[in-house]
Amino acid sequence: MNFNELSAARPDLAFIAHWVDNKAHVLDVGCGDGVMMDYLQSDKQCSGYGIEIADDKVLASTQRGVQVVQQDMENGLGLFGDNSFDTVLCLSSLQMMKHVEALLRDIVRVGKEAIVSFPNFAYWPHRVALLKGRMPVSESLPYEWYDTPNVRCATITDFRDLAQECGLEVIECVALAEGKRVSFLPNLRGDLAVFRLRKK
Amino acid sequence: MHFAEPLLLQSGASLRDYMLMYETYGTLNADHSNAVLVCHALNASHHVAGEYEGKPKSTGWWDNMVGPGKPLDTDKFFVIGINNLGSCFGSTGPMHTNPATGKPYGAAFPVVTVEDWVSAQARLADQLGIQQFAAVMGGSLGGMQALAWSIMYPERLRHCVVIASTAKLSAQNIAFNDVARQAILSDPDYHGGDFYAHGVVPKNGLRVARMVGHITYLSDDDMAEKFGRKLRDIAESGDYKFGFGVDFEIESYLRYQGDKFSEYFDANTYLLITKALDYFDPARKHGGDLATTLASTKARFFLASFTTDWRFSPERSREIVQALVSNRRQVTYAEIDAPHGHDAFLLEDARYMNMVRAYYGQVWKEIEGTV
Repeated sequence: MNFNELSAARPDLAFIAHWVDNKAHVLDVGCGDGVMMDYLQSDKQCSGYGIEIADDKVLASTQRGVQVVQQDMENGLGLFGDNSFDTVLCLSSLQMMKHVEALLRDIVRVGKEAIVSFPNFAYWPHRVALLKGRMPVSESLPYEWYDTPNVRCATITDFRDLAQECGLEVIECVALAEGKRVSFLPNLRGDLAVFRLRKK
Repeated sequence: MHFAEPLLLQSGASLRDYMLMYETYGTLNADHSNAVLVCHALNASHHVAGEYEGKPKSTGWWDNMVGPGKPLDTDKFFVIGINNLGSCFGSTGPMHTNPATGKPYGAAFPVVTVEDWVSAQARLADQLGIQQFAAVMGGSLGGMQALAWSIMYPERLRHCVVIASTAKLSAQNIAFNDVARQAILSDPDYHGGDFYAHGVVPKNGLRVARMVGHITYLSDDDMAEKFGRKLRDIAESGDYKFGFGVDFEIESYLRYQGDKFSEYFDANTYLLITKALDYFDPARKHGGDLATTLASTKARFFLASFTTDWRFSPERSREIVQALVSNRRQVTYAEIDAPHGHDAFLLEDARYMNMVRAYYGQVWKEIEGTV
């Protein structure tokens, strides 16, 4: 997969891909159909693995030639040694975890650097929905409250606090809206939060 | 295929000359890059797929996996099924004539290990002109052979496919194997392994051995669903028969399986194979460190395990995955949520079959040069 294809399919991933070095050893926690690893392997000569629990996504990753380990991330990353990856990605998955803090600590344990993204609950249309007395449903939070896989809802400010509590340095924090960077009032105008982290 | 050159075994013994039975499916391509070796598990043989002419009950043991259009597609790959030394299905084994005595080997057949089998398989590959396999594949004991290949001949396989297997048996596994062996060894018809001369076979021992083994291949849930506490035989009053005959369906099933097995399998072979399972532990040479053991491997790996397999549990496969990722080997691992216990690796499960198909799809792209 080349950059144009990635940009067209997933602009958010195309933005994040710039942060991954060429030839990096990468772990993609919650790799889905493997599109990000596919791009990193073919365009940036990266190595590494995806982790995924869902049968259909494990299959889709394998069909792309992505090396995938089928595992429930809720059980942590015990298969992997400390600092064994240059970059650990956890893209739009963390909010589906019950044990967010434990997984976050594990992510920065196994990676020299981590990139975490999640839907920003403070995105203004979400705030409007709440003001109207409804749970937000949007492109970045496309589920009804009763069938959402997202069990944790956080804002950019909330996550920054958790990162601090976990002793992590925020190298960069960017809000994206429709895959494009939002600089002015990011916690209000961004629908996706992206953090680049490392251990202090 | 006959081999006249002696084979030195891990035990220090050697086989002066020997036969290996094998079967092939599909066509070897011009540069010999599409060969896949399928290693068999405990009671299987070289007959992996298809039926022999005029014998409708002779379907190969992995026929759902191997064949035209199947996950391991013989329209693309040249598949070799091989029968191991010590077996009772054609390769030199305990019932064959010992050239030193002119009588059947019997108990004199040397103990063989997984590594010995792999050495013998490598010689067959030499004879067939296959320097490097596209993949070596196996389930259970076959998976151990595939793993041994990756360690012993790292250059000779591009992919290593290990299904429902382990890098070493647990104490519980060894215990079950020993119960099975004791059943055979204590059968009066065993005659110290030289029962051939007495014109008998230790059927009762084999039967019990198979019954014990069979229980461990199934899951508790699967057995409960298939048999539960269903009764096969009840008294006219509708009550139990209060005896030691067959009351429950599961008893009937296990006895049937045991009987069937004791009619076609050789007792000495059963002893040899279960011992080969027990001895397999490639990390032993490296102080038990599997990561160091696998550091010499070059293959890319596909592993699969089944959640209800308690004989070769997912935990055992994860140990291999962990050792491989610590060496930065390329590895894909599927943990299939299937209800059938260890036997799942031989059964039809769409998730499992699709994963194997997808993996071989990648192997094929590589052969065609499209990756």
